[in-house]
Amino acid sequence: MKARVLVRLKPSILDAQGATVKRALDGLGFAEVQDVRVGKVVDVEIAGLGPDDARRRVEEMCTRLLCNPVIEDFTVEMLGEGR
Amino acid sequence: MNFGVVVFPGTWSDCDFHYVIGEVLHQPVRYVWHRDANLADFDCLILPGGFSYGDYLRAGAVAGRSPVVEALPEFAARGGLVLGSCNGFQILCEARLLPGALMRNECLQYRCQSTYLVVENADTAFTRAMRPGQVLKMPISHGEGKYHADSETIRSLKAKNQIVFRYCTENGRVVKEANPNGSMDNIAGVINEEGTVLGLMPHPERAAEAAVGGTDGTLIFHSILNTLVEDGSFLKR
Repeated sequence: MKARVLVRLKPSILDAQGATVKRALDGLGFAEVQDVRVGKVVDVEIAGLGPDDARRRVEEMCTRLLCNPVIEDFTVEMLGEGR
Repeated sequence: MNFGVVVFPGTWSDCDFHYVIGEVLHQPVRYVWHRDANLADFDCLILPGGFSYGDYLRAGAVAGRSPVVEALPEFAARGGLVLGSCNGFQILCEARLLPGALMRNECLQYRCQSTYLVVENADTAFTRAMRPGQVLKMPISHGEGKYHADSETIRSLKAKNQIVFRYCTENGRVVKEANPNGSMDNIAGVINEEGTVLGLMPHPERAAEAAVGGTDGTLIFHSILNTLVEDGSFLKR
């Protein structure tokens, strides 16, 4: 069982990295870019749990370590087997 | 009184702290490995700067869940003092022992330079040897020192006098130009509500001898010594 965790800065928080990437894209001629936010992907492989339990455990991992709730939000996507 | 200097994989300021406490201040000091949760022998624990666990995930995130850090609330509750500098500050925020978070510097550059700090609260165990409004010179060396907290937390920090140091000019003016990393309200150091845990981004251990960078950093150590001696905390153990 695989889970994909997306950790992103909260919308209210200025993303200096994203702003720099946006400026670089502007410089490359991608004038249509309105905004860029940079986040993190954490893929977690889980053994011995069904989808519901696995999701619950991964959410607990997010709360305890993967995400800092002061500045970040997370989403968990279950990818199932072999993806 | 006994000082402990906590060492994580990737800590780099441990030797400097150990040297200043042992050789400059002539106090007993030992290293504490991060897996060691037995803190019964100590009066003050230092979380030094560096790159614990390579800053993987977030600066201080992995160290913030280590056995020694999980033992800190109990240590502080029985009168122990905890000082976190640089990565140590990041670890204390990650462990929720201090409010807020430290983010990538606004300039996106690593900043290694001298800074001036104004003492906002001289009535703490870590600052009692200072004058309110005193300007201290201490170096910073970090890429992730932009202090962030939500507006409600900032209001509460101000109301409870928990902002201890702010970046300022040489003359003590707290202005944007004196802010090296984009920290909210120029915040350089905060203390917990109980007054037992202080975190700051600057390096007091690198400002402890006149020959290298000045001596303003020693005021923090002298404050801690005053506190431990006067309160007799170290005798109660």
